[in-house]
Amino acid sequence: MSNSHGPQAKAYWKENIRLVLSLLTIWFVASFGMGILFADALDEFRFFGFKFGFWMAQQGSIFCFVILIFIYVYKMNKLDHKYGVDEDQDHFAPDNSYYDKKESEE
Amino acid sequence: MDVQTLTFIFVGVTFALYIGIAIWARAGNTDDFYVAGGGVPPLANGMATAADWMSAASFISMAGIISFVGRDGAVYLMGWTGGYVLLALLLAPYLRKFGKYTVPDFIGDRYYSDIARLVAVVCVLFVSFTYVAGQMRGVGIVFSRFLEVEITTGVLIGMTIVFFYAVLGGMKGITYTQVAQYCVLIFAFLVPAIFISIMMTGNPVPQLGFGSTLADGSNIYLLDKLDQLSTELGFAAYTAGNKSTIDVFFITAALMVGTAGLPHVIVRFFTVPKVRDARISAGYALVFIAILYTTAPALASFARVNLINTVSNTNYKATPSWFKNWENTNLIAWVDKNQDGKIQYFSGKAFGGKPQFINTRGSEGQRQIANTPTANKNELYIDRDIMVLANPEIANLPNWVIALVAAGGLAAALSTAAGLLLVISTSISHDLLKKIFLKNITDRQELFFARVAAALAIVIAGYFGIHPPGFVAQVVAFAFGLAASSFFPVILMGIFSKRMNREGAISGMITGLAFTAGYIVYFKFIDPSANTTENWWFGVSPEGIGTLGMVFNFIVAILVSRVTAPPPDEIKDMVDDIRIPQGAGASYHHKAS
Repeated sequence: MSNSHGPQAKAYWKENIRLVLSLLTIWFVASFGMGILFADALDEFRFFGFKFGFWMAQQGSIFCFVILIFIYVYKMNKLDHKYGVDEDQDHFAPDNSYYDKKESEE
Repeated sequence: MDVQTLTFIFVGVTFALYIGIAIWARAGNTDDFYVAGGGVPPLANGMATAADWMSAASFISMAGIISFVGRDGAVYLMGWTGGYVLLALLLAPYLRKFGKYTVPDFIGDRYYSDIARLVAVVCVLFVSFTYVAGQMRGVGIVFSRFLEVEITTGVLIGMTIVFFYAVLGGMKGITYTQVAQYCVLIFAFLVPAIFISIMMTGNPVPQLGFGSTLADGSNIYLLDKLDQLSTELGFAAYTAGNKSTIDVFFITAALMVGTAGLPHVIVRFFTVPKVRDARISAGYALVFIAILYTTAPALASFARVNLINTVSNTNYKATPSWFKNWENTNLIAWVDKNQDGKIQYFSGKAFGGKPQFINTRGSEGQRQIANTPTANKNELYIDRDIMVLANPEIANLPNWVIALVAAGGLAAALSTAAGLLLVISTSISHDLLKKIFLKNITDRQELFFARVAAALAIVIAGYFGIHPPGFVAQVVAFAFGLAASSFFPVILMGIFSKRMNREGAISGMITGLAFTAGYIVYFKFIDPSANTTENWWFGVSPEGIGTLGMVFNFIVAILVSRVTAPPPDEIKDMVDDIRIPQGAGASYHHKAS
């Protein structure tokens, strides 16, 4: 994609926003929802030796955060590729030979 | 070999390693100095970010705090990890595409205003100095506890080491020493945790041992036992929350958003070659952080059960040697209120303030103190830091593990200090001098100023480490509150709203800052006696007020931007450009030269 203003760019941005919003919803539910607002209610359920709300607050939410970022990375790389804006596409463009330049400068 | 010799060897070897890396990674130009030439592999950046982020507080104090507050400790666990999701999804990739050196750079360029740049620089300096003073102090404390040298000597040694790799190597030196420091600190944190997990539950994985039954054959879950012990002794149940839900909500949010807005964390994402690398390195960083952050609460609960079992109703003379060792370093104190020779451990303070030891021993051989005992039944004072520091002794681990913990604590403090010092020096040489006051200096001169600024910052930080201002503990709330209420909203809107303009951003930042700072200053300094739930707005403590400041920042910025002129077209083009990953390598190079 040669310019960053066209309808392609708008569509790319729209899909990006949708992805980010859906992931942030999960982020909010896992931490603020299950770990704080509804932690007491979830404590009624057992999860191995844990009360579930307590586990979400001190362990589960952190695991969710890690997974969310990796899902984001995977989906964004696919999205970049779909719209042809990923950085591999301009692999042979002169200005992406950053490392080579670096070497020759030193 | 005795502990002291081993500690000297461990600390000496790790320090030699850091200096070696510094010499290997000398910075040749400002590009190297500010962002390590933009060529750090994502995995290394993830490790460096984790070490940069996890400070002496995460390594030494956090597990101890959780140990004493139970479920409410989750505000730190979630708050200091959840921010990485915001960073990865909302900020890091776009700031990397923007491709400059600092947070004030982005704010100054995006809002086409040197006033905005200046406000940002002031915030950066304030937040970073607040933080770095605590790290230097941490270095001094580790030295004094494990090597029995004066705190001052410890701070001076720490300053020399940081001076070496920060001034010489800049970001390049710091990055690779942080990678080494991460390895040291995580190993030092996990080894005792694994052993104590085996000791308590028979399970070598602390995260699983946390939810297992006790190894003493009673077949009771560890956490149930802990709840039972806690309530018996008059404490709240460990797995129940004590803080109000709204306060926990606001503090967690302020810590998360503050984390995402901290300049020394953001700048790490400027050092990778591509936008895609910025995204994945945020993921790696969180994995590396999560290893410690999911172990800490497990460790907290093991240490708590073990502590109660060991001390409650035990004869002082029969306590294990670690108890007396840490009494000798002032972290434990016991007053035999009922003169039965046994330690009574209950909820409440045994006496007011920190123990004032006098040079006499009581009838049981305990160190005596000058403090007036309180009327309650509790006889024991325990410093929270002991939960991590004393663990190797509590679990009967060999001496080398104790030495390792010392090296780990130093690695945690030094890595964070270095990252902060770099941000301070960059904001002076680059944002203040090059961009505002001395626009014509050459790259060589700028690099020289950066080194001078780094050296000066180390001296100032060292001074605060040796003479800590009494308010250091109170101002931690500041660092996160200010980052949350100033940077985060304007960076976010700078990327996601093309309509956001100079007027909106500046008024939003000032509103957020003024409100948050005012609230904290009032409750922490002007009228500390009023710092109670009834007086807080909506029941939000000063620690959590940054969240409200952030909301005000957003509201004011949006309202003001709607009634003032939209940003110029070239700014809109710039925003379009940073939204697309393609060409990040290029944007680096032409802006750097």
